[in-house]
Amino acid sequence: MKISYFPGCTLKTMAKDFEDSALASASCLGIELVELPRWNCCGTVYSLTSDDLIHQVAPIRNLIRVKEQEDNRVVTLCSMCYHTLKRANKLVREDREKLDKLNNLMYREDVKYDGEIEVLHLLEILKNEVSFNQIAKKVKIPLKELKAAPYYGCLLLRPPEIGLDDAENPTILKDFLESIGAEVIDYPYQTECCASYHTVVNVDLVVERAHDILSSAINQGAEAIVLSCPLCGFNLDNRQKEIKEKFSDFKGIPVFYFTQLLALSLGLNEKVCGFELNFVDPRPLLKSKHLTGRV
Amino acid sequence: MRTKISIRNTRSKFLGKVEELSGESIYACYQCGKCSAGCPSISEMDIFPSEIIRLVQLGEEKEVLNSKTIWICASCFTCVTRCPKGVDLAKIMESLRQINLRKNVDYVSPLSIPKEILSQVPQIALVSSLRKFSA
Amino acid sequence: MSRMGVFVCHCGLNIAGTVDVEKAARLISNYPGVIYATDYVYMCSDPGQDMIKEVVKEKKLDGIVVAACSPTMHEITFRNTVASVGLNPYRCEIANIREQCSWVHQDNKEIATEKAVQIIEATVEKLNLDKSLVPLSIPITKKALVIGGGIAGIQASLDIADSGYEVVLVEKNQSIGGHMLQLSETFPTLDCPQCIATPKMVQVGQHPKIKLLAYSEVEEVSGYVGNFKVKIRRKASFIDWDKCTGCGLCIEKCPVKVLSEFDEFLAKRKAIYTLFPQAVPNKPVIDSNNCLYFTKGKCRACEKNCSVEAINFEQKDSFIEEDVGAIIVATGYDLMDKAEIGEYGYGKYEDVIDGLQAERVLAPAGPTNGIPYRPSDGKIPKEVVFIQCVGSRDPEHYYPYCSKVCCMYTVKQAMLYKHAVPDGQAYVFYMDIRCNGKGYEEFLQRGIEEDRILYIRGRVSKIFKDGDKIEVWGADTLTGRKIEISADMVVLAMAMVPSQGVKKLAEKLRLATDEYGFLTEAHPKLRPVESLTAGCFLAGAAQAPKDIPEAVAQASGAASKVLSLFSQDVFYHEPIIGSVDEEVCVGCGNCVNICAYDAVELDLATKVAKVNPALCEGCGACSAACPSGAMQQNNFSKRQIFEMVDAFAKGS
Repeated sequence: MKISYFPGCTLKTMAKDFEDSALASASCLGIELVELPRWNCCGTVYSLTSDDLIHQVAPIRNLIRVKEQEDNRVVTLCSMCYHTLKRANKLVREDREKLDKLNNLMYREDVKYDGEIEVLHLLEILKNEVSFNQIAKKVKIPLKELKAAPYYGCLLLRPPEIGLDDAENPTILKDFLESIGAEVIDYPYQTECCASYHTVVNVDLVVERAHDILSSAINQGAEAIVLSCPLCGFNLDNRQKEIKEKFSDFKGIPVFYFTQLLALSLGLNEKVCGFELNFVDPRPLLKSKHLTGRV
Repeated sequence: MRTKISIRNTRSKFLGKVEELSGESIYACYQCGKCSAGCPSISEMDIFPSEIIRLVQLGEEKEVLNSKTIWICASCFTCVTRCPKGVDLAKIMESLRQINLRKNVDYVSPLSIPKEILSQVPQIALVSSLRKFSA
Repeated sequence: MSRMGVFVCHCGLNIAGTVDVEKAARLISNYPGVIYATDYVYMCSDPGQDMIKEVVKEKKLDGIVVAACSPTMHEITFRNTVASVGLNPYRCEIANIREQCSWVHQDNKEIATEKAVQIIEATVEKLNLDKSLVPLSIPITKKALVIGGGIAGIQASLDIADSGYEVVLVEKNQSIGGHMLQLSETFPTLDCPQCIATPKMVQVGQHPKIKLLAYSEVEEVSGYVGNFKVKIRRKASFIDWDKCTGCGLCIEKCPVKVLSEFDEFLAKRKAIYTLFPQAVPNKPVIDSNNCLYFTKGKCRACEKNCSVEAINFEQKDSFIEEDVGAIIVATGYDLMDKAEIGEYGYGKYEDVIDGLQAERVLAPAGPTNGIPYRPSDGKIPKEVVFIQCVGSRDPEHYYPYCSKVCCMYTVKQAMLYKHAVPDGQAYVFYMDIRCNGKGYEEFLQRGIEEDRILYIRGRVSKIFKDGDKIEVWGADTLTGRKIEISADMVVLAMAMVPSQGVKKLAEKLRLATDEYGFLTEAHPKLRPVESLTAGCFLAGAAQAPKDIPEAVAQASGAASKVLSLFSQDVFYHEPIIGSVDEEVCVGCGNCVNICAYDAVELDLATKVAKVNPALCEGCGACSAACPSGAMQQNNFSKRQIFEMVDAFAKGS
């Protein structure tokens, strides 16, 4: 099947491994992710004031791009893009007056938006259209003995009206990881905020949060963290340097995008997994589990 | 710790502005503290999250707008998900930030971000933090 | 030839200050059919009424109009007045020239007087066609049905039976007693609930006027006040209770152990079991879902060991029919399921228990003899967190209402915990404290001061398990801090909800419930034990969350309503009801559909509508809906209405 794909800015640079592994594994599963032409930054994060219409232009313009492709659905990978696009979409679907104003603001566009597009996350496609059972059948290298801890962060699940899964007890990443053969670690900080954009000016806060989250997972026996957001990925992966500086007994743990593990388990060329871009090198761990070097 | 309250506080322009920008009813909050109890960024905040609403209810504009709390809020929506009265505290925090920012005063000015950080952090971090913190 | 009289009241200056009452009386005395008219200063007074009586007798009047205040004030007064001198009370009509005339036209006396005369004329036209009606007398079966054998049902049954009337008490569990028997100790006296309830239960079991149908449910109800027909299902217990001696050998020999509902799933019972040692009736039942014979065709140990051959695996549900005159619904409450609360673990943590589970672990005769061991590992908890308002006062996600009893039972449970574990610490997270009964505030302060319970004002955002501790993230709004506690055990004061199955029962009884399933009372202030369905009364937590003294008081209140119903042999119903001209009725059924009281039926044989006079409340909807005019309301016929309209329209 073909489906429009919105990458978002970070997936073209720091999180290129996320995109490469996603495109390759989706293709292996029969999904062709067709990148939208002329897409722009999603406008993260969704503006929360009632009168701030200008900030909704960015996400809605992307939905117009989807409409121009004569598609009625768009798939995202990054949690922040998913959240922003989906909330902006919901806003205009419920408030026709704002939608009219936005269309007027974007008078230069050939097409007017009318709320037709569904914003989806790749996990939803994998669950509902491919089905985790089918994925399990296609797995060539089950990730046996890999103790993976899913991390959802905030924007995939909250607020509940646009959440991908139950905000208090989500299971979609767990089901996904089990379908590719991993052992899933349950820990209480799966849905706790990583402090997000504070990583720019308030690194201390991020260090505290990330340390709490990672320690909780490690205490339950996790060997790897699995997530879907490049900003969470940065805070939990790259910031481990600062965490080690503050907490000298912190051991460190590799952090994966879920598509990296998907690509690995489907037996794809390790190049597409992009492990070089991970800050904490996951390759020693994967080698010790005999999961690499087999293709 | 003495505050005189009159109708000027309870019907203040400030409270009206907060309600208008956020679309939320400030009087709906019954100060149960569930938002504060689950807030992940609370360790760095000076005023307790539910106290922010309390101070708005009392019309204490200066204290709220000068607090650290509204800038430490990471918009994680945990409070929104759990509030028993359906009060969207994230929107209220955003309104308070915006009341400050719309005076054309940055909390974080783009020029003040050190160059190393600019190349180090993912773009979404820059976009979202400038969205939240600059005028 | 009509002989009607009109009596115009001044009502002091209320009417006479605006309406020229003398002129009105003069004008109306010339109206066709009116042979006498007068005015008087206060018609409702004794002299006023005496005057009416004199005139009726002297002038042999066959109907009167009293032009005065609203009929809601004195219609009954004047009807009784004329009845006392032999005139049919339904030939007495009230013309409202106060609320509908003098009070609203105080600025224009001329118009007011004109209007008053028109109102009186129209009423005279109505009176002219009024029939002499007789109130219906409906016989009453003097037997009551009480549904629910908790403390409210027990109290109501005893009150009615002690007054000499028969009671049928239906209880869905195999013993009466309800949730009260599960409690540890009752506030504010810390009485043993089993000790205070069992004497009443035994009284019920032995009372010659009470027919106790335990392990039974109400299947069907038909009829109306004074004349209900009830079909009751006696569920198969697979034991002949008449033969059973209660020796308990069958229970001893049964090899199957399953989680006990009475112990709130914290202990086990057998597949054949009694509810608790003081059960009334103290007879066992077989749980066919878990019994080895029913599931796998094996065992039969109970049967083999029963010396009186009371076990009967072939037993089927049976049905009983009863005729009763009044029904009291006392079906009680349940607690909301803690598995609905996501942020507290969706019920998956063993050491996070709800209020009733806490009662069981603290009950001296409970599964742990009153020592609150942790369900997970049996250790004694040193730090216990109690969370109030779980699921209550939460309009966004769960229930908006306050469950009333949790503040009291939480402090009680915290006190009992401290008495059992003196070196332990109890914490209570609260929003407000609602201890407003007699002795309740003193009880609370005693608990806090003597047992040093730490009360923290704030709700809890999240609970999760970390190692063998339960992490609690709450808030202290009084000091502005987030509070984190590593507890050994957590008790959730879950919201009180109506007993399971009550909505279905309410449908059978045509009882209104609110959106949560609580039974609706006839008036929230002044009629708390009556429902809007005549003959059905409410008692206990089925109507709203409440504690034991309130439930008992309400039960006695409901019983007194039943007794007042039974104090007469018949009761009288207003005859201003719908009546069908059977020659004209075509059987279209509009009236049946529109009646809010289910008072009209189509006779299947003759295909004409029939009004049940006992249920009809005289609202008139059926006669408005009737396309052929066959259905008319007594003394409010279409013809009468048209005559009144003509009288009003005459001048214009």
